[in-house]
Amino acid sequence: MSSKSPLILMSLALFLALAIILATGMGFLAIAPLEVIQVVWAKVRGAGLAAGINPTFPFVVMEVRLPRILAAAIVGGGLAVAGAVFQAILLNPLADPYTLGVSSGAAFGASLALVLGILGITVPLFFSVPLFAFLGAMTTLIVVFALAAPDGRLSSNTLILSGVIVAAILSAGIGFIKYLADEQVGVIIFWLMGSFVGKTWPEVTLTAIFVFPGLLLILYFARDLNIMALGGRTADTLGVDSRKVKKILLVCASLMTAICVSVSGIIGFVGLIIPHLLRLALGPDNRLLIPASFFGGAILLLTADTITRAWLPTELPIGVLTSLIGGPFFCYIFRKKQLGQR
Amino acid sequence: MNNIHNDPLFAISKGCFAYRANNVLQNIDLDLVPGQFYGLIGPNGSGKTTLLDLLTATRPLQSGQIIFQGKALADYAKKELAVKIALVPQQFTMGFDFTVSDLVLMGRYPYIPRFSNPSQRDLDLVDEAMHVMQIHTLRHRLITDLSGGEKQRVVVARALAQDTEVLVLDEATSNLDIHHTIEIMHVIRKLVREQGRTVIAAIHDLNLAAAFCDQVIVLKEGRIFTTGPVAEALTVDLIAEVFQVQAEVQAASLNHSPRIHYTLS
Repeated sequence: MSSKSPLILMSLALFLALAIILATGMGFLAIAPLEVIQVVWAKVRGAGLAAGINPTFPFVVMEVRLPRILAAAIVGGGLAVAGAVFQAILLNPLADPYTLGVSSGAAFGASLALVLGILGITVPLFFSVPLFAFLGAMTTLIVVFALAAPDGRLSSNTLILSGVIVAAILSAGIGFIKYLADEQVGVIIFWLMGSFVGKTWPEVTLTAIFVFPGLLLILYFARDLNIMALGGRTADTLGVDSRKVKKILLVCASLMTAICVSVSGIIGFVGLIIPHLLRLALGPDNRLLIPASFFGGAILLLTADTITRAWLPTELPIGVLTSLIGGPFFCYIFRKKQLGQR
Repeated sequence: MNNIHNDPLFAISKGCFAYRANNVLQNIDLDLVPGQFYGLIGPNGSGKTTLLDLLTATRPLQSGQIIFQGKALADYAKKELAVKIALVPQQFTMGFDFTVSDLVLMGRYPYIPRFSNPSQRDLDLVDEAMHVMQIHTLRHRLITDLSGGEKQRVVVARALAQDTEVLVLDEATSNLDIHHTIEIMHVIRKLVREQGRTVIAAIHDLNLAAAFCDQVIVLKEGRIFTTGPVAEALTVDLIAEVFQVQAEVQAASLNHSPRIHYTLS
């Protein structure tokens, strides 16, 4: 790891902190960055508010904006880290957190929860949608692993192919659920496009509980991921138990993805673009790339969410926005790769 | 220095390995002594790569056992073996833009504690390996920008940096031009002669094996056909029987290894 790494990570962290403060101030009710800091500081210390600050600010900052903003940041960071892990393990710089079909599983679970509501089976939606989405994602992961298991090395092709097969079946299932939902299909479609509207502290906590320990575990294995870029056979002779590391990290990254998807819906391209872009800028060393991806993903999704929340006249589903930015970017990478091929 | 009478480095007894109901290797009995350059030869599909996988413990034996330095190979921790046995694979694809020196430094992975930086010795060995493979001038280049031959020299340098007693090469030079092939074989040969290391190399080119190896291990259809010193083992009959090729073998003389001329019609 180069000597510049701590500096790069510190700047990214600082930039994220700044983005959080600025974003919290933005919106229908504009709040100066300094006031945001004062409000949060007062809340943290449990002290009263300094004179001259609008008394509605604490509610707006603490209960409305901050949970949403933190949820967006953690989900963005989680997806980007998961993407970096998938790219490193599958030895494919164009893999993303959804490569193994985790998003389709989550979408299927969430659609099922929503359609049960529509069909008159009462389930509390706030609770059931994320839960079903999570269970859907986990079940998918288990099935994909079971499909790939006969290949002892868990090779990239086997895993990707298993993911594609399972995702195809699930998308047919989602189609069927949409058909059942009939005229109320809009609810499902809206969920699938992803959103951070109305996120609350419990959701932030839940996401953080999965994402941060996951991040630490991945950082622990970051050096092994570098070695595994040499291929499983060589990595094994260098003392890396590549099969074990692969399994641990695939499960860990998929869990992170599952929790992110169940909280926010399916948000595309963050997990693809951020690690890819940062790899171009910082090089492929996962010890730097993975933490940098966390900050990068957090900053990107936070920015995108703030754009839909505070700038656009009507809120656009964030998944649409990221895909609209991400799609053309993907084309650019693809084109550049083709041109650069020797 | 003659190591022939030392205890074997590897002792395989009744080694079997099957892959999806095909017996890839059957009843392998083989002793390898230290300080020798072994050439592993045999037709495609005869089990050369599988045998190397067993020796590097990247695949487990299905029956029988392998003793390495007096202890069952399966009982070694991966990290323990990583400082004793290095592998140069035939196939090397790298999708990520590591620099040449980063990649060679990966050979030092088993020696560098997690979250630590490489020591001066690590860096020195990386430097030396790059000098030996003549890739020192490429050290800041990206591995993805190199030609196939340059890449393969980087891969060999990575294995040299690993600084192990045993070096396993799986057709390590089969993608290289003749110049670089001979150069790499000379370097490997020197490791055996001057430093007493042991090399086990799967080699397709029989003349290459004849020129550089001390001993050959001949595999045919998953069994050991024969083993022995190059000059004795590589005979017209063997080549006819194992490879189904008519050849003439020009006998070994002082300073000359046996040469094989194939009858091409």
